[in-house]
Amino acid sequence: MTIDWIHFTPWASLLGGLLLALAAGLYLFGHGRIAGIAGIVAGPVNALLARTGQRAEAHRLAFVGGLLLAPWVWQVVLPLPPVMVDVGTPALVLAGLLVGVGARMGNGCTSGHGVCGLSRFSLRSLVNVAAFMGAGFVTVFVLRHVV
Amino acid sequence: MGSLIGFASGLLFGLGLILAGMTNPAKVKAFLDLAGAWDPSLALVMGGAIALGMLLFARAARRRLAWSGAPMEIPTDRTIDRRLVLGGVLFGIGWGIGGFCPGPALVALGAELGAAQNNGLGSAAIFVAAMLAGMVLHDKFLVKG
Repeated sequence: MTIDWIHFTPWASLLGGLLLALAAGLYLFGHGRIAGIAGIVAGPVNALLARTGQRAEAHRLAFVGGLLLAPWVWQVVLPLPPVMVDVGTPALVLAGLLVGVGARMGNGCTSGHGVCGLSRFSLRSLVNVAAFMGAGFVTVFVLRHVV
Repeated sequence: MGSLIGFASGLLFGLGLILAGMTNPAKVKAFLDLAGAWDPSLALVMGGAIALGMLLFARAARRRLAWSGAPMEIPTDRTIDRRLVLGGVLFGIGWGIGGFCPGPALVALGAELGAAQNNGLGSAAIFVAAMLAGMVLHDKFLVKG
């Protein structure tokens, strides 16, 4: 294993992680909910598109609005970091479908199970995080070093 | 009140993701690439978030109501089943292919919507559209198999 010291950003990433916890804490103390983004997005989307009987809750729409506006606010002060994607459209579609289906099947994602679940010592979340981390490591290994 | 808190939380979460470098799929993939030039940044994001999160969640567990007056809805489900594991595996494969997970993809979409990135509406928009389709597909057809 070789560490990429050039791109490693320990302080910014640690500080960013603290902000994630503050945001999750604000949502929890403020409105009593877990900041799980897959669930937050799925609620309104189901209400609008799938008619599963769920309502498009205002606080969830507002959370998504905050995420979408974050780069605009960031840009007032600093230039945005690049978004570098090294795969084409078919791969992105496949990736999106898998992430969407997987997050709903496992009932959570990197924020809900990862940040929130592990913070409250949920064994259920630990199992899910181990599954997606493991699958992520294997997938990148196969795509970059085997295929 | 709930919406205001939702908006502020989403905004703060998005800013945290940008600062952490997690809105860049190349950086996420560099973390997942253990056999290549490994960028451990994502581990520090999770470490920082969980360290502070443990304190906050422990305090929140003692509350009955949130500031907005809404009841505290902390999950009580402890089921560990095939769906939990298979869902994680599918999620991880998609995450490894694209380098996007739901939060960072939405932040990157916000940047594309403002044409803040010069490449215009592109990768994040495609990924998010497919992700939403995947969620609806699951919730409509794959619930409780």
